[in-house]
Amino acid sequence: MNNPQLNSNGELQHLLTTDGLPVRIVRDILDKAAEFVSVAEGKEIKKVPLLHGKSVFNIFFENSTRTRTTFEIAAKRLSADVVNLNIGSSSTSKGETLLDTVDNLCAMHADMFVVRHSSSGAVHLIAKHVAPEVHVINAGDGRHAHPTQALLDMFTIRHYKKEFHNLRVAIVGDVLHSRVARSQIHALTTLGVPEVRVVAPKTLLPTQVEKLGVQVYHDMTQGLKDVDVIMMLRLQNERMQGALLPSAQEYFKYYGLTQERLALAKSDAIVMHPGPMNRGVEIDSSVADGTHSVILPQVTFGIAVRMAVMSMLAGSKQ
Amino acid sequence: MNIHIKNGRLIDPHNKIDAKQDVFIADKHIVGIGKAPQGFAAEQVIDASGLIVIPGLVDVAARLREPGYEYKATLESEMEAAMAGGVTSLSCPPDTDPPLDEPGLVEMLKHRARSLNQSRVFPVGALTYGLKGAELTEMIELTEAGCKAFSQADAPLTDTRVLMRAMQYASTFGYRVWLRPQDMFLAADGVAHDGEVATRLGLPAIPVVAETIALSTMLQLARETGAKLHVCRISSAEGVEMVRAAKRGGLAVTCDVSMNHVHLSEMDIGYFDSNYHLSPPLRSLRDRDALRTGLLDGTIDAICSNHSPVDEDAKQLPFAEAEAGATGMELLLPLVLKWAAEEKLSLLEALSRVTINPAQLLGVKMGHLSVGAHADVCVFDPETNWKVEPAALKSQGKNTPFNGYTMQGRVRHTIVEGHVAYSI
Repeated sequence: MNNPQLNSNGELQHLLTTDGLPVRIVRDILDKAAEFVSVAEGKEIKKVPLLHGKSVFNIFFENSTRTRTTFEIAAKRLSADVVNLNIGSSSTSKGETLLDTVDNLCAMHADMFVVRHSSSGAVHLIAKHVAPEVHVINAGDGRHAHPTQALLDMFTIRHYKKEFHNLRVAIVGDVLHSRVARSQIHALTTLGVPEVRVVAPKTLLPTQVEKLGVQVYHDMTQGLKDVDVIMMLRLQNERMQGALLPSAQEYFKYYGLTQERLALAKSDAIVMHPGPMNRGVEIDSSVADGTHSVILPQVTFGIAVRMAVMSMLAGSKQ
Repeated sequence: MNIHIKNGRLIDPHNKIDAKQDVFIADKHIVGIGKAPQGFAAEQVIDASGLIVIPGLVDVAARLREPGYEYKATLESEMEAAMAGGVTSLSCPPDTDPPLDEPGLVEMLKHRARSLNQSRVFPVGALTYGLKGAELTEMIELTEAGCKAFSQADAPLTDTRVLMRAMQYASTFGYRVWLRPQDMFLAADGVAHDGEVATRLGLPAIPVVAETIALSTMLQLARETGAKLHVCRISSAEGVEMVRAAKRGGLAVTCDVSMNHVHLSEMDIGYFDSNYHLSPPLRSLRDRDALRTGLLDGTIDAICSNHSPVDEDAKQLPFAEAEAGATGMELLLPLVLKWAAEEKLSLLEALSRVTINPAQLLGVKMGHLSVGAHADVCVFDPETNWKVEPAALKSQGKNTPFNGYTMQGRVRHTIVEGHVAYSI
């Protein structure tokens, strides 16, 4: 089966998932993002003309503020024309199918789609459907993947830790429903992180999660011991309804990241969160705002990483 | 019409014949095997040199989508598919719209099917009104109208007291109860087997216990009520083992599997290919191997196509939103041949799973080529290779997980009730 993300030259054609993404491409994206960070760190943010004359369509079938905004900023810094469409969760209820929507936007001469959808695999479907000159970036599909989030997380880790091959990383929380966690796991293992842990109660872990190359912990005390990186996941409030958890309070008591638990990790450990945070549910405010937290730099790096992905896609030959 | 099928290799699992023998048909029946009855004069001669002559296939699960879902398929299109697949008898689940819960609907369906003069249709009646799992249907009336068994199709029956009473009532009259084991709470919004692939792809999952818990209930109720239970579309290794143990314990339970599950596993979903969105879900390779073992040792009695044509728009959606199901009748024979070849099983043995065994499940006299039997015959070329191209399928449903596969074995003639209904 051909990797649907790569073109026949082995270049990135779409960014759909970090699963099976070649390590050279991951490294290229991180290196390219580093260039954009130094551009961004200059006094004035310079626009680069890499996507001049191109149209980027942000199609969000699921609500998002942060991700959509950072994609928009990234595209504008690359001098692209940006169109934002908030289609809501069910365009089909209006009678138009997903692919009809995409066809319509293609007819408006879109060069690149940034898509978020509530159904796993929706972005693969779109990527398979569009013409070869159109590129698709997955901005989150169901529980499946959120590759730019994972790549910005890798960028953040590399920024603070330099290397990957000597790290111990813990991902804490609702792995079952998390596209972020899946993409993080694949990115970390691709980059050669020797020990990736997941920490959660059994109700929030998918079957055979260990086959993704992670070690499973149900206890924070053991799971966080001596880790270099703690990646927290957001806990959706609706998880309390499906009999997955009794209460947010009990969850925080056993799985919330507090100062005491953070102290189990290495003294120079960093704390990450994809946002938006639920303070007092998965993370204590003092940790979120504390010295180990790199949560805000993640957001800044996110723009550079998304610029890197977009410019690489625009540069790939058909 | 008097037909003489000559020079073919006759394989009839029921009569344990695998030999070069001619078949003679007159007045809708088989009148001679090997030699013509006295005074036989053929009006039509089919030269079956190099071909194999078998009883017409019997498919215990083929959705025709009528009434109610004509946008997915019609009786006309699906009967043509049946003929192209050599399927001369089929039973259709009651999950039409409205469901087959009224004798009038069943009579209408049978009448429509008869007027097309192709495959014989044996409807499975609804076990409860509207398949809602609350009130029993008029099983005696439905049986008189032509129903051969009663089922909930894929609709859940959560109230176990209703299930028990339905089985008690059916068993009073010796009616067959065909049940698909799936706990609706555990299956909920699941779309794929709860395993490695669903975990990787982030697809809502259906665990094996959804099958085994429901199956356990059914088996215990069958023991309690004496109902003739048939387990439909078994999908897991654990499920197969439970049926095996029940049979060993003397319970008169039977079981079928879909051809998709004999050949495919969760791995085939690949990058969210909705052609592989099936119900029950494709499970692990271990489950697939166990289904094959169950077929070999007789735990599983029959292979069906689980033919479920779906319209194109309903498949051009993200995996979880796409409708489950695949077209299948035209692929049933080649997929059984493929299975036989892979298992190094004789055709005599293998073909029993799609001829005499399913006929016995239905309680009909088809599925064999004895003298005096109904002249339902399939003649196929075992050597022809052909590529599955959806557009070329007769079925209105074009979605199949075997799209692009090369199949070996192709139906050349299908004879139903003594007339040639299909020939290429």
